[in-house]
Amino acid sequence: MLAVYASSALFVLIVAGLFAELFSGSWLAMRTFGPSFLWTSHWNPVTNHFGALPLIYGTVVSSAIGILLAGVIGIFAAAYLADFANRFLAQPLTFMIEMLAAVPSVVFGLWGLFVLAPIMRNYVDPFLQAKFGFLPIFQGTIYGTSLLTAGVILAIMIVPTVTAISRDVIKAIPNDLREASASLGATRWETMWKVVLPAARAGIFGALILALGRALGETIAVTMVIGNRPAIAVSLFAPAYSLPSVIANEFTEATADVYLSALIELGLVLFVVSMIVNGLARFLTLTVLRPAGSR
Amino acid sequence: MAGRRLKSAFGVVVAATCSGIAASTLLIIFGYVVVQGISAINLPFLLEVPRPVGVTGGGVANGIVGSLLIVGIAGILATPVGVLTGIFLALFGRGALAEGIRFLADVLAGVPSIAIGLFAYTLFVAPFRHFSGLSASVAFAILMLPIIIRTAEEAIRSVPSTVREGALALGMSVYSATVKVILPAARPAIVTGLLLAIARVTGETAPLLFTAFGSQFWELNPNNPMAELALQVFTYAISPYDDWHRQAWAGALVLISVVFLINFFARFALRTRFS
Repeated sequence: MLAVYASSALFVLIVAGLFAELFSGSWLAMRTFGPSFLWTSHWNPVTNHFGALPLIYGTVVSSAIGILLAGVIGIFAAAYLADFANRFLAQPLTFMIEMLAAVPSVVFGLWGLFVLAPIMRNYVDPFLQAKFGFLPIFQGTIYGTSLLTAGVILAIMIVPTVTAISRDVIKAIPNDLREASASLGATRWETMWKVVLPAARAGIFGALILALGRALGETIAVTMVIGNRPAIAVSLFAPAYSLPSVIANEFTEATADVYLSALIELGLVLFVVSMIVNGLARFLTLTVLRPAGSR
Repeated sequence: MAGRRLKSAFGVVVAATCSGIAASTLLIIFGYVVVQGISAINLPFLLEVPRPVGVTGGGVANGIVGSLLIVGIAGILATPVGVLTGIFLALFGRGALAEGIRFLADVLAGVPSIAIGLFAYTLFVAPFRHFSGLSASVAFAILMLPIIIRTAEEAIRSVPSTVREGALALGMSVYSATVKVILPAARPAIVTGLLLAIARVTGETAPLLFTAFGSQFWELNPNNPMAELALQVFTYAISPYDDWHRQAWAGALVLISVVFLINFFARFALRTRFS
């Protein structure tokens, strides 16, 4: 019995240690740059001056693109799998989407680098530029490895999360609602769009937030397709950089103490943000999936 | 009315298309890896160590062995802590302490692996001044913990309470009822969770960059920098050499096959009796 308590204590200690180690590791950078670390935009290892804004920008924009694409496809897919599809279609489709979540991120990166990036460079980006070139986000030189490509890879990686949780949430909506709606003469789509989805709103929002957490922290696949340039550009076709990819690329090459410390501070930012995002997602999905008092 | 019917049918078709898009992405990516990988994979790839930069040929045998060692040690580290914490949650699940631990486990599951890699670095690499396979195992063990904890808890909960009450009614203590009756009944589901955790970290690359670090040579001592398959795929993919790109596809095929096989086995061979 003692072992049970000791293990639980050890687990809590590990999580606390994680925070403490990242905090003490980034202490030097915090003292040197202060809070303006987060909103200045010079990331320059030569002069040892570090501001994380371009990295935060790249992370946020690529994740936003990912959420936008994965959100639309994932929620529609979840609606279909939960309420519309028959069992013989729903089971294999659900299984395939679940397996998509199991694909290693380095494989997504490899595919993104050698297949997706050329497709984006030769077909998708020029098409967007031709049709919507009046928008600043679709102007400028086309590189292939860009914010947009990173967003698309992220969308593919998080669509299983959005689909699986939204599907569970939609399934957990009581059937009374569907029957009441149908008895009032609503079609299947009207029932889904006007009754079921609004009822599942909080849980679906939770699924999106959880997926956002995954997107923000994704490292390897993004590193391989985002272009790795620490600059803010309005164009989605421009190469950018993200917090995790900077750590991945530069950590073993960081020679100065303050450089190393700045990279650890990026890790601390990721850690804290992901704790908040995941805590919020958990709260939102549990209110739907596990009504108060059921456990 | 006809308009509304049409609109409804249209909506269902759109929803079906979306699930088709999501599912077919798997086929597209997996298919591409299989096609590229099959033509690139050969016996030397699986049995030899890497050749020097620029020399064609060689393989990733050291990375495959490194992966087995690193993931194996991580499993040995994570399993006892995870299962015991899962037991704690299942048996004392209502208190504020248990809720807190459950919260931490759920939230830790979403912490980026690279942040956990940094933790392993500051704890086990920086003080000893050299990279090591062991520090990678520690990072992987922390990544595995939340999965093992939550599946172990669910596994123990899914054992019918009649079984537990029966054991207690026969005069067993809570401890011996747990160890001798409930745990054996929950074992298949616990093993499933363990396998899913292994599958999760087998494809993981980010924390390895500054823990295992990689190596061109045979390395069986986990106290030294070690090669790892996922890390090799990454290094080869971003290299400028065609032969390394070929090996990256071959490595990706091995990696994705192993991860899928573990998932299949965990899902179908070890279905739990009670759920």
